[in-house]
Amino acid sequence: MGIFILRRLGVMLLTALCLTFIVFFLTNLYPNLEKLAKTQGNFRMSEEAVESYLGDRGYLDAMPVKFGRWVGVVPGWVTEKVDDDGNPIVIGRCFARNTPQDQRAKFCGVLQGHWGSSTVFKTDVGELVMTRLGATGKLMGFVLLLMVPMALGVGVLAGMREGSRLDRSLSTFSIATTATPEYVSGVIFIALLASSKNGLSPLLVDWGWMDAKTLFSGSATRAVDDATFKNFFLPVLTISLYGMGYIARMTRASMTEVMTAQYIRTARLKGVSFGNVVMKHALRNALIAPFTVIMLQIPWLLNGVVIVETLFNYKGFGWLLVQAASNNDIELLLAVSVVSVVVVLLTQLISDIGYVFLNPRIRIS
Amino acid sequence: MEPLTWTGSLSALNLFFTLAVCLFAILVVVQIVTSLFVTDEPIRVQSDGTASSSAGVSGLIGTGVKFSFMLVIGIILIYLVAGIVMGPKAGIFGGMAQQLLPVWIAMIVIFAASFKFKRKLGLYGKLFDSTVGMIGFGIVLFWVLAGVMGGVFDMLVTHDSLSQTSGMKNKLPGTPLRGAEDGDYQWFLLGGDNLARDVFSRLFKGAWIVVLIAPMATLFAFMVGITLGLPAGYYGGRLDTILSFLANLILAFPVILLFYLLVTPEIVATGIPNYMAAVLFVFPLIFFAILLNSRFYTQPSVRTPLLIVVLGVLAWAYLSLISNDGAIVATKTYWIPGLPAVLDGINMPPAILVVFVSVVFVNSPTVFRIVRGLALDIKTRDYVAAAQTRGEGPWYIMLWEILPNARGPLIVDFCLRIGYTTILLGTLGFFGLGLESESPDWGTTINAGRRLLALYPHAAIAPALSLLTLVLGLNLLADGLREESLRD
Repeated sequence: MGIFILRRLGVMLLTALCLTFIVFFLTNLYPNLEKLAKTQGNFRMSEEAVESYLGDRGYLDAMPVKFGRWVGVVPGWVTEKVDDDGNPIVIGRCFARNTPQDQRAKFCGVLQGHWGSSTVFKTDVGELVMTRLGATGKLMGFVLLLMVPMALGVGVLAGMREGSRLDRSLSTFSIATTATPEYVSGVIFIALLASSKNGLSPLLVDWGWMDAKTLFSGSATRAVDDATFKNFFLPVLTISLYGMGYIARMTRASMTEVMTAQYIRTARLKGVSFGNVVMKHALRNALIAPFTVIMLQIPWLLNGVVIVETLFNYKGFGWLLVQAASNNDIELLLAVSVVSVVVVLLTQLISDIGYVFLNPRIRIS
Repeated sequence: MEPLTWTGSLSALNLFFTLAVCLFAILVVVQIVTSLFVTDEPIRVQSDGTASSSAGVSGLIGTGVKFSFMLVIGIILIYLVAGIVMGPKAGIFGGMAQQLLPVWIAMIVIFAASFKFKRKLGLYGKLFDSTVGMIGFGIVLFWVLAGVMGGVFDMLVTHDSLSQTSGMKNKLPGTPLRGAEDGDYQWFLLGGDNLARDVFSRLFKGAWIVVLIAPMATLFAFMVGITLGLPAGYYGGRLDTILSFLANLILAFPVILLFYLLVTPEIVATGIPNYMAAVLFVFPLIFFAILLNSRFYTQPSVRTPLLIVVLGVLAWAYLSLISNDGAIVATKTYWIPGLPAVLDGINMPPAILVVFVSVVFVNSPTVFRIVRGLALDIKTRDYVAAAQTRGEGPWYIMLWEILPNARGPLIVDFCLRIGYTTILLGTLGFFGLGLESESPDWGTTINAGRRLLALYPHAAIAPALSLLTLVLGLNLLADGLREESLRD
């Protein structure tokens, strides 16, 4: 088991390194750098000005060298040049301007805990990512809280009597939710529940059942600090619904399989009531497979998070990804991709290990 | 002119329709609840050896559900038929029903023909034994026909999908066209969007983009996945390790990040998507070359002409797909010449090519994993061992023994994956990546409409519901296919 985990961790590290290099390569292509220089300097920069801006900041060095600097195994760039007034100045990746020679750090990269600084938000990337990640963690937490019980409930109810009317209705429902991507259900929810002109809210106001203008809020911006049912429920519901269908279908498949097992038949023949069979005999074994599915679903939720945070303007990790990617904020984008890759690989690892622990029939040699 | 209501002069039917729907919903809920508590009537064995049981309460409710469902369908049919006859007099629905008349006719013809010959049509014919599969097939067929007729032949659309009409900005569904002349269609059936364009026409123009790209991209992804997945599963070893690592690498990327990295104008300027297209689109060539060669290489007189013809056609299609204006890659500093524009038969705009490539790229690793898993499973079967004993080559075994036996799960996954690709295309449009902002495809339209969602939802709701129904149809179709293919 220990060797298995170690090997998986090694593969994880390699994957993360490869992926960050791909991101690094794509964001450091010349047209992207040119755009960066122009957004940082000014849009009417000449070709030469762009060249010197990029050259001074080490952007024009060889790709592996630049990547090594970001990781922290190659010394950061140091440029000596003359400023507009004719005074010699020294700028560098690892120190602020005019730092005395002996206090200058040589290496600064991820290994030294230095994630760089964002060119869009003008702050430290590490700090920025952590705060936004906190906001998204809250969103994800509520999503899991809503999605997992709902999905398991639907799956178990559908799977306990295969082919019954309940099964068919619930299966259709879960197919419908998997067919509804977040940007479709979100749009429909906002139009139906969060508009003061259309849908449910004007009706409720007309009948005098509600004082507020709308039932829910169409924007979740304020939910980062102060989440209420009104401004936070729609984003949570939107993500949960799309993720739910798949888990429910897997739970149903697992449940139907368990319900045809020999020991369930024995329990029924002994005279145990149907409810007891489901609750005490079938449920525990039926929930092994969905555990893996739920863990593997978390990276998929990340996609949903990006869409929903954009749609509801909730300033979390997904929103940060969109901002970083659309402005080619290289170091922020790298940090964001490292985090998302680690999330993907960690959930895979946990699901593998958890599966072994839950299912005594599987042993890793 | 008066603005149209939703049902026009058929509005008397609305009350009955609402009642029928409510009745159906209530009965379904009652049926589910009773099924949890009421046990079935006991079965009595009669003296002649037959068994019987009375329908009981649950049987009674079941009959009720069936009849109320038929009532709902019947009223919808009345709306539809009356709409086709009366046109806009029967409201917006009537107008739409009449406008879509060619689609209804084609659907009826296809369904009738399929029913007549369903025993001779293999798996496709068996689809017509399952209700769910038929519903799914019907929905998918509707959008395919609507996309082809609206997008290619300009039949269903009422107005030009790009031209703006003054005074129609954000108008509600059914608004009469301001300043309409005699030849014009008199209404904006589904209203106008925030640039005063007709939502109804854009919907069907956009359907064509989706119906064209999604299945094609899925097909290419399958070619890539099959060509790489079969040897990975069959040979195993180091090849498998390397390919699986690469597949997992791509799968570990969040899809949206990948799209943002690949589809921005700056990356397009470097020509990377063109290189990716050149690599990814060569897989169908490899696939067919190996497929035909492994089958016919013992008969060179058949094989050589066959390969020349097939590969010639495919190579031409490949070259004209990846070249634009006579160049495969054209950047500021250099360009690689491709097929000259005269011979360029498939004119794919660069923006669509980029979207196409990235969707294929994202989908292939998943297909690879599925095919690899199937190959791993099937290669232990006896007929594979028999083929090995006969001395068949490895590629013959992979493509003519393993692949045909893996077709069931692959066909089902193909349907599901088209739905998933549709969702991905919508995601690209939703973030404004790839396609131009005036493109009528559904994702882009949803993105354009979402800013005014609280005030004028119709511009975003129409494409959202269309996307929902298409993907739902594909999912139901896949479900029906799975059910029917498991039945053999």
